[in-house]
Amino acid sequence: MTYNDKVVRQFVVMTVIWGIVGMLVGVIIAAQLWLPVLNFDIPWLTYSRLRPLHTNAVIFAFGGSALIGTSFYVVQRTCHVRLFAGGLASFVFWGWQLVILAAAISLPLGWTQGKEYAELEWPIDILITVVWVAYAVVFFGTIIKRRVSHIYVANWFYAAFIITIALLHIVNNLSLPVTMTKSYEVYTGAVDAMVQWWYGHNAVGFFLTAGFLAMMYYFVPKQAEGPVYSYRLSIVHFWALIAIYMWAGPHHLHYTALPDWVQSLGMVFSLILLAPSWGGMINGVMTLSGHWHKLRTDPVLKFMIVALSFYGMSTFEGPMMSIKTVNALSHYTDWTIGHVHSGALGWVAMMTIGSLYSLTPRLMGKKVMYSVKAVDAHFWIATIGIVLYIASMWIAGVMQGLMWRAFNEDGTLTYTFIETIAATKPYYVIRLLGGTLFLAGMFIMAWNTFKTLAQSKAPEFKAAEPAIWGEHA
Amino acid sequence: MLNSFWNWFVIIISVGSILACWWLLHWTKGVSDRSDDDDGSTGHVWDEDLRELNTPLPRWWLHLFNITIVFALVYLVLFPGLGNFAGIKGWTQIEQYDAEIAQAGEVQKVIFARFQDMDGDALMADVEAMDTAGRLFGNNCAMCHGSDGRGAKGFPNLADNDWQWGGSYDDILTSINAGRMAVMPPHDAILGEAGIREMVAYVQQIAGQKADAELAAAGKTKFMVCAACHGQDAKGNPLLGSPNLTDDIWLYGGNPEDIELTLLKGRNGRMPAFGSQLSEIHSRLLAAYVKRMSGS
Repeated sequence: MTYNDKVVRQFVVMTVIWGIVGMLVGVIIAAQLWLPVLNFDIPWLTYSRLRPLHTNAVIFAFGGSALIGTSFYVVQRTCHVRLFAGGLASFVFWGWQLVILAAAISLPLGWTQGKEYAELEWPIDILITVVWVAYAVVFFGTIIKRRVSHIYVANWFYAAFIITIALLHIVNNLSLPVTMTKSYEVYTGAVDAMVQWWYGHNAVGFFLTAGFLAMMYYFVPKQAEGPVYSYRLSIVHFWALIAIYMWAGPHHLHYTALPDWVQSLGMVFSLILLAPSWGGMINGVMTLSGHWHKLRTDPVLKFMIVALSFYGMSTFEGPMMSIKTVNALSHYTDWTIGHVHSGALGWVAMMTIGSLYSLTPRLMGKKVMYSVKAVDAHFWIATIGIVLYIASMWIAGVMQGLMWRAFNEDGTLTYTFIETIAATKPYYVIRLLGGTLFLAGMFIMAWNTFKTLAQSKAPEFKAAEPAIWGEHA
Repeated sequence: MLNSFWNWFVIIISVGSILACWWLLHWTKGVSDRSDDDDGSTGHVWDEDLRELNTPLPRWWLHLFNITIVFALVYLVLFPGLGNFAGIKGWTQIEQYDAEIAQAGEVQKVIFARFQDMDGDALMADVEAMDTAGRLFGNNCAMCHGSDGRGAKGFPNLADNDWQWGGSYDDILTSINAGRMAVMPPHDAILGEAGIREMVAYVQQIAGQKADAELAAAGKTKFMVCAACHGQDAKGNPLLGSPNLTDDIWLYGGNPEDIELTLLKGRNGRMPAFGSQLSEIHSRLLAAYVKRMSGS
């Protein structure tokens, strides 16, 4: 029996390509915030249409390809069995690419449901559902036919991610189609807002957190060549994380028409979320502990430790921002953008890049990428880029929040809106620089990935022997 | 208000979830302390070398978790959260808002009391009044008319002395409080393609721009269509908000393409009514400010 690595290689390549596309669009809209004329008065290049394209491309195209690709790799390796239903796995790859293509066409055309991170119109939503069900069948089919007695921790997280995203996607996209390109949500008013942010925050929790924790649980111990720090901690933080994340959505709607009691519940559950989130960070960092000397020679581990650090930082920042008093300052400002990118660039992208640098050579039967120096250069360029991005958005956000709320004794606002934008401009330039650096790193990665994959023909790998432990023996 | 089913549903599920976290922490302290292997791992090996240690939960992390749980429970006693239970502090966001507005209102009352009995001229002459009015302009008017009042395409320049709806203090006050709606109807059906080209030339000519004399002369013969609103002399009518066409001041652009589009498709200018959002003295301050800005 051999492993099915073809679909993994396909996803690896597309992850890098969609990463470049998504981040390039991000750089373009960052530039437009600095110089609005850069939309060239062309409707499909306007900020309003490219922004959803950027978020969809980085989350679902880049992040999604990384998650599905690594899950297909990890579930085979940790179940000691070939992927279930190879044809269906192939369908998942091509179906997902079709979804991305449809998004890349429909969003610039302005076809949108107007729901953040759920902009895609109903025909594409149905396609996503079909592909996702196929994905679940392949993943859980592989789990069922596994040849080991225990399900490895990474697979719990992948499983939670797959099940929850299906639930979120279907509930939030229930709508009445009017034409092929237009539909109306079945929910209205505050209920619609609540369903949207129940979806929105759990997309963060299950797509961008649980899924990437799964990646972490496989690739960090693999790359560090050491055991996972604590099995028990992984159980506790897994169950606490998936139970508590579900409640955190209302913190996106503080001081709105959402009833007070819903806002409070959203806030306290967001605070309880701190420890379960940090459980994952601790398990990752402590797994690396004892292998610190390898950081000197292995830049892949550097990506991982920085990813875990940003994960810990943004999961501390998130609960703090959910406190009503803090939120009253931070909400609607660029602080939120900074927070999101400390998660998106710092955690999600760095973990993805680190994992792919670990995975890609393994797919070729090698230990390291074609150029380890290039990996190291990528690490430093990306890290500097993130720091510039986040620091500028923090400063800009706090400044905006303070300027917006300042008022004079006569009840007028101290600053007009345009004054706050003028004050933000220098930080938009710094953010653009940070984003451009991060994008530049992705080009290095694309070259290195191509060189690594093109070195020779990819070998076939024999599946590991069945393993039955303890009471199952 | 939730009915009693949903009320208890919310209370039981939220308190239950919090207590479940506490139970989870407590439960894991008691179990799986044993290691199946001498190296402290669970004895499971995946994919050749993936192992797991069974290290106990870090104490500081346990304490952190417990602190957030206690905080949550205390918060839900003090503040609304558990269904219809209002929390013993009785806080609501509406009351917090009302209290802040009331507090600010006390301070503002004193400031605005001084302006209350001033007429337009007195307000215009008062430095303090104009400072406040300038800030009101920045908050309420600048998003369309620009922070310097010079407008943009489609948004009138308030800093010149050209008025669509009249430039007296009272006219301006009416514009602010009641809003204005101007309608330039489309003329493609009446004038036809050639007629529109001719009219563009004539409008350019009377505005003092260079224009094709022949076309303009032909346009002039059709001007009675326009005169109904803009007047025989083309100097406009402030009662209708129809602009003076004989100056070279343009709300929707004065190059031939813009004028042609105006004639073809018409224009709908709308100044929203601010009377319901601004207090009476706010509006009067703004009218005085705009009047002064225009230099009249």
